[in-house]
Order: sequence, then C-alpha cells, then structure tokens
Amino acid sequence: MTNSWTDIKNTDLVVIMGGNAAEAHPCGFKWVTEAKANRGARLIVVDPRFTRSASVADLYAPIRQGTDIAFLLGVMNYCIQNDKVHWDYVKAFTNASYIIKDGFEYKDGLFTGYNETKRDYDKSSWDYVIGDDGYAQVDDTLTHPRSVWNLLKAHVSVYTPEMVERICGTPKEKFLKVAEMISECASPTKTMTSMYALGWTQHSKGSQNIRSMAMLQLILGNIGVRGGGMNALRGHSNIQGLTDVGLMSNLIPGYMTLPTEKEVDFESYMSTRAFKPLRPNQMSYWQNYRKFFVSFLKAMWGPAAAPENHFAYDWLPKLDVPGYDILRAFELMNQGKMAGYICQGFNPLLAAPNRKKVTESLSKLKFLVTMDPLDTETARFWENHGEFNDVDSSQIQTEVIQLPSTCFAEDEGSLTNSGRWLQWHWPGGTPPGEAMTDNWIMAQIHIRLKELYRKEGGAFPDPIVNLNWDYADPGEPTAEELAKEINGKAYANVYDPTDATKVVVEAGKRVPSFAALRDDGSTSCGCWIYSGCFNENGNNMARRDTSDPGETGAYSKWAFSWPVNRRILYNRASADLNGKAWDPSRKLIEWDGQKWSGYDVPDIAPTAKPSDVGPFIMNPEGVSRLFVRGMMRDGPFPAHYEPFESPVANLVAPNVRGNPAARVFKGDFEQFAKPASEEFPYAATSYRLTEHFHYWTKHVWVNAVLQPEFFVEISEELAKEKGIVGGGWVRVWSKRGSIRAKAVVTKRIKPLICDGKAVHVVGIPLHWGFTGGAKKGFGPNSLTPFVGDANIETPEYKAFLVNIEPIAGPVA
Amino acid sequence: MNMELSRRQFLGAAGAGVAGTALGAFGFGEVETAHAEAIRAFKLVNTTETRNTCPYCSVACGIIMYSMGDLKKGEQAKIIHIEGDTDHPTNRGTLCPKGAALLDFVKAETRLKYPMIRKPGSDKFERIAWKDALDRIARLMKDDRDGNFVQKNNDGVTVNRWTTTGFLAASATTNETAFVTYKVVRSAGMLVFDNQARV
Repeated sequence: MTNSWTDIKNTDLVVIMGGNAAEAHPCGFKWVTEAKANRGARLIVVDPRFTRSASVADLYAPIRQGTDIAFLLGVMNYCIQNDKVHWDYVKAFTNASYIIKDGFEYKDGLFTGYNETKRDYDKSSWDYVIGDDGYAQVDDTLTHPRSVWNLLKAHVSVYTPEMVERICGTPKEKFLKVAEMISECASPTKTMTSMYALGWTQHSKGSQNIRSMAMLQLILGNIGVRGGGMNALRGHSNIQGLTDVGLMSNLIPGYMTLPTEKEVDFESYMSTRAFKPLRPNQMSYWQNYRKFFVSFLKAMWGPAAAPENHFAYDWLPKLDVPGYDILRAFELMNQGKMAGYICQGFNPLLAAPNRKKVTESLSKLKFLVTMDPLDTETARFWENHGEFNDVDSSQIQTEVIQLPSTCFAEDEGSLTNSGRWLQWHWPGGTPPGEAMTDNWIMAQIHIRLKELYRKEGGAFPDPIVNLNWDYADPGEPTAEELAKEINGKAYANVYDPTDATKVVVEAGKRVPSFAALRDDGSTSCGCWIYSGCFNENGNNMARRDTSDPGETGAYSKWAFSWPVNRRILYNRASADLNGKAWDPSRKLIEWDGQKWSGYDVPDIAPTAKPSDVGPFIMNPEGVSRLFVRGMMRDGPFPAHYEPFESPVANLVAPNVRGNPAARVFKGDFEQFAKPASEEFPYAATSYRLTEHFHYWTKHVWVNAVLQPEFFVEISEELAKEKGIVGGGWVRVWSKRGSIRAKAVVTKRIKPLICDGKAVHVVGIPLHWGFTGGAKKGFGPNSLTPFVGDANIETPEYKAFLVNIEPIAGPVA
Repeated sequence: MNMELSRRQFLGAAGAGVAGTALGAFGFGEVETAHAEAIRAFKLVNTTETRNTCPYCSVACGIIMYSMGDLKKGEQAKIIHIEGDTDHPTNRGTLCPKGAALLDFVKAETRLKYPMIRKPGSDKFERIAWKDALDRIARLMKDDRDGNFVQKNNDGVTVNRWTTTGFLAASATTNETAFVTYKVVRSAGMLVFDNQARV
C-alpha cells in the first residue's frame, strides 16, 4: 500500500476491483465503512461475483475475469475524452510530456520488437529521446505527436464503452456510471483509493492490471495524497515483509537485485545501477544504491567483506535466468533436475498450480523438508487419501522430514502489514511438544553445514564458513539481535560528507537511518528500507503511542513504517508546484519557503525547492511514468490480453493468445484449453471465504465448523442449463484435473454477455485439503494452468476454463 | 442492586484483587458481598496479558493473549483466551471470524509436536530426534551441494550457484526470521528461492 489502512477514512471514492476486502480483510474494510459514514464517501465494486463488498457498494458492476485492463483503459479513455484529467498534476508529476523514440509502436496486440520464438521483446525502442545534454526531451505543451500523452491517448482510444461491454461483459450504462464517478476524482479536492488483491495479481498479465489502475490514479492526481493511492491488500500477515527482505530468487533485501552472470564483477554490476538523473535537479535516490549494496554485503559477511575482495561480491550466486520462482522450481523438479526442497510455512501441494504436476514433481525429489506449526498436505503428499490424494506411497522414493515450528503466539518479532507498518509482537505461550522457532531451526541447519564444511571441505565453503554470525547464542539468534542487524550499524566512525570533522555515527553504534549508510565498508545494514526500525532510540517497531495530531489517520508514533517512518509514499505529490496542498482540508506536507513539514515525514529532501525537484524521487525522471520504458516485459503501456484459457477470442488482437510475453514451459501449452473451447466452455475463478484463511483454518475447529465442506458456486442460469440442483453433487474438470464438489447455486453469479455470447462463471473457493478438522476436499489448484504473470510469475488462478456436470453423490 | 461494571472498569477499580473485598470497600454492604462471592471468579484475573498481532491477513489486527503462567518469569504458559486489542489504531479491538477463533489455532489438534521422518517408499511418518533430523538435513544438503554446485559457468565466469536444492520461504514468519533465513539460504549459493507473495 502507498497509504495505510487507517488512511482510507480520508477518501471520497473507494474502488474495490481485483479484491474483496469485506470478506478477505474485514477489519481493514471497516475504514471504508468509516469513510462512507463520516465523509459521505462512495464505494464501487467491480467483480465477476456479487461479493459481500459489492453488497454494501453504492455501485456494483459485473466484469468477466481477466478483462480488467480493457475496463481500466476504457475508464482512462473516458477521462481523456471528457477532459477529466488533473492537468497540473499530469504535466508536472508524470512523464506525459516526454518524447518517445520514433521506432516504438503498438500494432495488432504487439509492441515493437516482438520475437515469437523467444516469447520476448527487443525493448530498445521503448524509450525516451535523449538530448545532447543527456536528459530526456520533453514537450511541456503536450502537442508533440510522439509525447507520452499523445501516444497514450491513441493507445486507449480503442477501449470505447461499447468495446468494454463486448470484452468485459459489463453493460455499457454500468460502465459509464463507473467511469463518470471515477472521473470526478480528477478534481484536486476529490480523491479515490484503489483497493486490490490477488484478483488482480493472479493473471498472466497481473502486473499490467495494477499498472493500469496506477496510471489512472496518476491521471486523476491521486497518488501521494491522503485518501488516495494504490493499495495492495496483501494476502498474508507478513508477505509484505518477506518480499521487502528479499526472499525471492532474484532479490536482495530492500528491492535490490541479485547479479546475473553477465555482471562478471562488482563494477560491471554497479555500471547498470548508476541511476543518473534523466532531468535536471532530480534526486534519483537509487544513486545511493552502492551504499545500500555494500552495507548489505557487510551485514552478510561482516569483516570478511572487505574492499580487497569487493565486499565478497563473488560470494553472491549469479543468475543465468530471470529467476527461479516457484513455477520454475516445479518445472525443474519435474524434469528431474532437483534433489531437495525445503518448505518453510508453505504448502505448495495446495498452493502451486496444476496439482498433478506438483505431486509428480515432489515424487521425483530425493528429499523434502517441511517446517510448519500445522500438519500440511505437502508434508504428506506421499500418503494415500483416496480420491483426495490418490498416490501409491510405495512408488514414491522421496525422503520427507517434517519439522514442527512455533506459531505466532509463541514467537517474537515484527511483521510488516499491508500499510508498511512494522509491528512488534511478543510470545505468550509455551510451544507444544518439541516445536521450535524458525530462528532456531535455520541456525541449527547453518551451524551444521558450517561444521561439515570445516571438517570435510567441499564445494566453495567460503560464503558459508564466513557468514557473519555474531549472536550471543549461535544456536538461536534472538529477534532483537536480528532486528538490530537489519537496522544496520557503523563498523567505523561515519563522518558527515560535507564536514569531515563531524562524526554522524560513532563506531559500534546503530545507524539512525539509511541516510547514514556508506559505500566504503564502514557501515552494515541488512535491509536498507527498514533502517531506523531499531536504532539507538530503541525498538521503534514496538512503539504503542496512539496519538494522531490533526486526526489524519497517520498514527506516526505507532510502530514503525518503512521507509523512515513515512506513512504515505510520494507525499510530496500532495502539494502543488508551489508546495501548497492541492486540497487544504487534506493537508499532508507543505513548503514554508525554507523546508517541507507537516503531518508526515516528507518524501523529498526537506529543503528541496518544490519547483525544482520532482516528487517521484526514486525515478531518475523525478516524475512518475505513464509510459514505463523497457521496465516491464510485456509492454510500456498495458494492453488487453485474454487469459491463456479464455471463453472468447481476443477482440482487439484476434491473433494473440494469452499474454504474448508470458513464459510458458514446454508441455504446458498442450495442457491449456483452446480459446472458446467447446470441451471446456465455462470461465472459472478461485476465491476466499470470510470464514477461512487459506489452508490454515481448516485446522481450527471454529472455522472448520463454520464452513465445513468444499463447494463450487454457479448461477441459477447455469444450474438450470446443466440440470444441477443446489446442494447436489457436481464434477468439475479442466484439461489438467477433475474434482468433485457440492454445488451452491446463487444469485451472486450471473452469466455475462460478451460480444453476444453468454459466459458462465464457476466460482471455486480454496480452503480444503486432506488434513485438519474440516471435511476432506479439493482446491482450485487441481484445475488451474501452469503459467504465470509475464513479469513476476504469479500463477493464473483467477481465469481458466472448466466443464461441469451433475453427478450422483458419494455413498455414505 | 443492578451493578454493571465493564471488565476494564472492574479491573481498574479492584486492581485485579479479590472481588468481595474490593466491592466491600465501595460500601455496598453484605448483600453485594454475598452476591459477588456467588459469581465465579473472573477467568482472566490471574492471567498474563501479552500483545501480539493476528497472523492471518495483512490488516495485522492487534490482539491480546491471556495465559496461565508467565514466559518472562521462565514459567510454562498456556494461552486460554485471545481477543482484539482495543488500543490498536487499525482494528480498535474488533476481529473477524478468523481472528476471533485464533485460540483454536494455537490449540489445534493438528499442531505439530515432534520432528518426523518418512523414509523412501514408506506409507508412514516415524518419530525422529531433533538432533538426528537436523544432522540428516545438513548431510543431504551438503552432499547435494558438493555434487552440483556450479563455481564457474561455461564462459569461465564465477557464478557460485546451487540450483538443485530449493527453498520456499513463508508468509507469516517475522522479518527477523526472514533475514536469518535469507542469510542461511543465500550464503549456501541457493537460487531456487521464493516466498508466498504470488499465491
């Protein structure tokens, strides 16, 4: 989230699309209710199902899953056509005026440079015209035909209300009502918030779904302001933190990236990360990358990371592919190219797509280790549970070690919520049996590996035996010790860059924030964006002061918000070019002629003049990007692509199937149903119930009782057509698997008319398996395709094809 | 008398002490004392309160856990009640149907208690001691790493990567666990590394 849960109270319009906050984030949704009750805010819900969020909305519009980009580009087109644009914001704070290279174009669903064999683009033309002065060329009048604004205007023009209706199945008058309500927020004194979740991410073009809304929010001037923003409602309690700390194949903590094998040494790695400003006076904050990177290497290897060995740069593994994400991991396993897999609090047998492939893949491993407080299906993938896990144990040679870990109630440390608040929690109970903390387990594995390498030698032991491990009890680092390491400290005195006699941080002290980090090895920092969380003031994540000056919803003394306790990202953009709030009633920070100050930590240098320095300080442009250059694999603008399994052909680009830049492994394409397939005619989607949390709460008695049994949800129309009765049994199958369920026949789902054809939606909730207290059941992953988003490989769970038929129930 | 005291007012006034005595001090007399004595002692009077946050979604509602026994004093502690934290700015004491049932998560029958091992081809889990389980894991990891670690690629570039064993990180562990996990995984050269951000 750019903003926070408590900030939602400041909004005028809530758009819930790609999520269902009332059911999946109930106590956060309360702030929507607050805004409605106290500010007269309105709520729009766009969803294939009439969810509980929709039931309290001022306006609900149905949409076919997987067509959000067409809808949002349609809204953008409406705003542009009707002059509903926050012009001052767009001109000053976005790259609307930047001139794009002549070679770039979009035609027949493809951008310039497509290579069909590689399913990838040569992106060299997706860029600005750079002048002799080294800066991007701009046209402040927005009249240049190659300006971003004019290219965007042309790009979205095809998405008329009529086209939106044909693609999305959203009746034109509903769409127009939504567009009109959204467009009102182009006013500087009206703001809209976007609340989305996996309904947007779990598509083969998930990243572009989100980009579409981000672009719309920029056109309306809603980023950086109170009650505005792009608000990702993260699914799990600390998936924000796990991502911030970089637990992904290609990440280094704080959104730095792991070297590829083309970056043969430290300097070649840094050469592609210079972040030279693209316009005069811009901060381009990533210019500090080297400080953050060296400080990270110091946190990893301490004294062993020295200038002489380029701070142990060679000890980081180098990538040969963009990333070894979970889909690639299972693909490699399936090819017999992996021996071991360690799952920490993750249940991929139910969470990864195409369960049959997942089971086959796990069966090819030599060993599997699980760490979990609960008895997961993954740990028992080899155990026969009849139709719910139909395997022959004797044929599976994988050695499985299941380790019991503590749960939240028995563990200490911080979790980062969706609004970037790092909140500390304390243990209150004794763990059951021999369950141990994850810190202990990870430490025990490490010290054993280290001991084996010391004793036996072996493949390149240096990064293991030299890992910085300065903990009072090496067998179990404490949460406080680790938090201090994440915060960072000075190895030697750190001096003021403008005054070499002034010591900013004394040797041995923790740094106050990342501003004190250096690139000479004098500082260490585990995760630069978290720096300040546990500085010499103490554990800021444990703060519990509920004061809120001005009742802005910031709660600046509650816990710690990254970065540097900032509560609203890009908050400089809440003020105009003179530094005055766009909306005086929603003041956030303002320029007093000397400096920035207000209710939040300014997202700009405190003395940066408003007319000189742009608000988007992380970008070398200093402005936000409506055109994203070559930074996304599937295009600098979003474009409508159908899901890989779609009930209709792509109306705007009939020859393009799925997202043309999404990675598809050999063999998986054959397992996709054809577009408009007669064999698999129904559009399925997965979703959560409010009574359950993923596959955890079926272990919890209360929740197992509340929603005991797996079901699928269909419309009355489809039920009638197929002879299915409510509460009766059905079989649902895709090209990859078959499941059995009870049918819930509702009015919440209605057929959508897409280009004259009725599309029936089948809803499949995701909370059942074969362990725990609820009845045994299936999950959507028995059916879903093995393909992910083109940029970050999130599996396409929200849009795929199935067939359905009534069956006789099981014999009791 | 009709005396409705909220729990917090009650605890504040009586200092979590003996109900009868405290009420007596208010001057309500014997009738009230007898009445108070007839009421079962408030369950949470002698518990330890600990602040935590809900482990489910990313709203991260504040919760208070009540336990018999105090971990800080080195005692065994059994959590007997969990409720929303009214001081928390986001949830203001409210919880959803999942958060309200957290106690049953802590006490779930399927909470794991012991390390287990399933041998190749077997149809059952067997107990294994922690030491043996960890020794075995380290052995399996080292043998695979030694056999498949790639120090240089075909062009002779140092790549120091290990791709035959992978690690899937969680979604609800702490940031501190995340960091120690990162250190252990990356220092081994592992690239097959992911979390649950996508599912």
